Amino acid sequence: MPALWIRNARVIDPATRRHAVGDLFARDGVMVPRLSPADRKRARKIDATGLVACPGLVDIHVHFREPGQTHKETIGTGTRAAAAGGFTTVVCMPNTVPPADNAGTIQFIKDAVERDAVIKVYPTGGITMGLKGQVMAPIGSLKRAGIVAITDDGDCVQSNEMMRRALEYAKMFDLPLMDHCQDHSMTHDAVMNEGVMSVRLGLRGWPHAAEDLIVSRNIILAGLTGAHVHLQHISSRHSVGLIRRAKARGVRITAEGTPHHFALTEAALVGYDTNFKMNPPLRTEADRRAIIAGLRDGTLDCIATDHAPHTANEKDREFDFAPNGIIGLETALAVSLGVLVRQAKFKLPQVIDLLTRRPAELLHLPGGTLAPGAAADICLFDPTESWRYDAAAGMSKSANSPWHGQTLRGRVKMTIVDGRTVFAHGKIA
Amino acid sequence: MPWHRKHLLTIEELSLAEIGQIHATAAAFKAILQRNEKKVPALRGKTIVNLFHEPSTRTRLAFEMAAKRLSADVISFDAASSSTQKGETLRDTAQNIQALNADMIVLRHGASGSPLYLSRLLDIPVVNAGDGAHEHPTQGLLDTFTMVEHLGSLRGRKVVILGDVLFSRVARSNIHALTKMGAAVTLVGPSTLVPAWFEDFGVTVSHDLKSALADAEVVMLLRIQHERQVSSHFPSLGEYTSVFGLNRTRAAWLNPRAIIMHPGPINRGVEIDSELADGPRSVILEQVSNGIAIRMAVLYLCAGGQPESVVSATE
Repeated sequence: MPALWIRNARVIDPATRRHAVGDLFARDGVMVPRLSPADRKRARKIDATGLVACPGLVDIHVHFREPGQTHKETIGTGTRAAAAGGFTTVVCMPNTVPPADNAGTIQFIKDAVERDAVIKVYPTGGITMGLKGQVMAPIGSLKRAGIVAITDDGDCVQSNEMMRRALEYAKMFDLPLMDHCQDHSMTHDAVMNEGVMSVRLGLRGWPHAAEDLIVSRNIILAGLTGAHVHLQHISSRHSVGLIRRAKARGVRITAEGTPHHFALTEAALVGYDTNFKMNPPLRTEADRRAIIAGLRDGTLDCIATDHAPHTANEKDREFDFAPNGIIGLETALAVSLGVLVRQAKFKLPQVIDLLTRRPAELLHLPGGTLAPGAAADICLFDPTESWRYDAAAGMSKSANSPWHGQTLRGRVKMTIVDGRTVFAHGKIA
Repeated sequence: MPWHRKHLLTIEELSLAEIGQIHATAAAFKAILQRNEKKVPALRGKTIVNLFHEPSTRTRLAFEMAAKRLSADVISFDAASSSTQKGETLRDTAQNIQALNADMIVLRHGASGSPLYLSRLLDIPVVNAGDGAHEHPTQGLLDTFTMVEHLGSLRGRKVVILGDVLFSRVARSNIHALTKMGAAVTLVGPSTLVPAWFEDFGVTVSHDLKSALADAEVVMLLRIQHERQVSSHFPSLGEYTSVFGLNRTRAAWLNPRAIIMHPGPINRGVEIDSELADGPRSVILEQVSNGIAIRMAVLYLCAGGQPESVVSATE
């Protein structure tokens, strides 16, 4: 493989505090500070004039549906969607069929990644068997099989005792526990946020308090056990406040915000469009603003998509009966630029940080930096190019996106993994 | 102003003028229903399918009778005896009905928003006969029609809606119709079933029955839908009756000329005592009768009829 020379890019690498127009070099798939004259001559040269070059994006919350639901997505199609969105590292959730609650399923996923993935994929394992919250999964074996965290994502562990023991046990293996915070006793049959809008639409709502309660529980148990709890897709402004205060006390918790929760509100549900149905649900404008504030001041540690593919068949139903979830990998960068940079006036490097260094550090993943010696995982994007997003024409096998048909600004031009171009000119290389 | 709506999905989307047009059209049909020859040829040759995914007595019979009075062919079926039991989706069922050349679908469905969903899929008119806890527009129209018959203009009139508002599509459709018509609406019931969020609709929310009923000119009772509530919403039917049930003592708090309404089916002895339900102030059966004229008006207008041509359409 020839050396790589990216020329004249606006390089943004929060991990090394680099933000300047310049060149990037890689050899043998690894970032290097410079190339020898001989390497330069033979190097593959990419003119990145006008483009931002940043570390390949990192998403610690995706659903690739393999094994078991490959009609929705596969590791092949999911990683292509990720590459098209500028992502080079993702962490996939264990709610597959069967669930990833055993070393064999983790090995199956790793084999599929080895065979089909175009970017790096790290698996997570269940906290409990079948993600049912009753019996602890073999967390040690899962760790040995290669997981980077445990989670029952989508099925929040309801028993405080189970959660406490899982945290104590996982701490022994230095595994973070990621939790989808939802008190099920308060959310029977709920399909959206509870409030004025659910009353207007006649839909069952789930109150933010059902998230706040579990966030509080997790803060308390993180304090008790000293284990690392990561709070997934925070949707409630009160939860943001709880996390902020807990962090100030030094509790070992981290949290993520999704593009849909900081870009959209429950007002989008007025037409009962199931591409706005996800769990936790879109909430109010005050919640949306609180999530942005949380990302701004570090209360929320990173952006994650919760990329959750479902086929058109499955989504094209009465609102009550459609499954939760939307895809997000191909739109995350553009939506983040639109909301956080252009509307909320974040500095661009801060948004890049939330999409690269911080999620990588949170789960101790390699990547998220362009520092010499790091893998040459690079995203090149045009921060100003406008493009019309056609979800059906995207790389994901599913098209359940709330941004379908919209004009977005900021477009990924090239994604490089280990020095190899995996996505360029709108196509998988 | 000509009628231009193809579907009747909600009252929320109707203008005051459109509510007036439906009421005026219904009044014309009501006059016809009092004649010897009750049938008019307005929808002759048209086929209307009543697609009912939830149990219903009044609404289904009234829609069926309305269609027959308009000379339409009407087919009613409920999901319990249909391919829905074999896993057919609403989308497929509805598209098959359209493919069978039906001219209109009347939909009753437990999922809120499903009539809107169907209206986007189909070329033929969709009439909402009740969707989840969302809306039941023809009920709101017949209730306000009945109120106007008794009280004249509803502007400034105090209307109390009493009971399980949270799970009630009837309440929502009435709230939209009544607020557009200028009535002063008070919702009353247990705080778990009448959350303060309803104030966003421009109504008053109260949990004190006595002050809510004081001087009210209409009290509309809602059925306690024990099949929809989770057990945590109130302690028992007995407790509900003791705190919020309408009985003779409490009815005395109303304005002397107040009317008592109920969309049915009634839980006698729960939300209302039998003597009031059957008493002189009750207009419960008038509501049922008016339901036919209202549904005739809605079917007629959504099929392309115009309010001012009702009389000629009936010749």
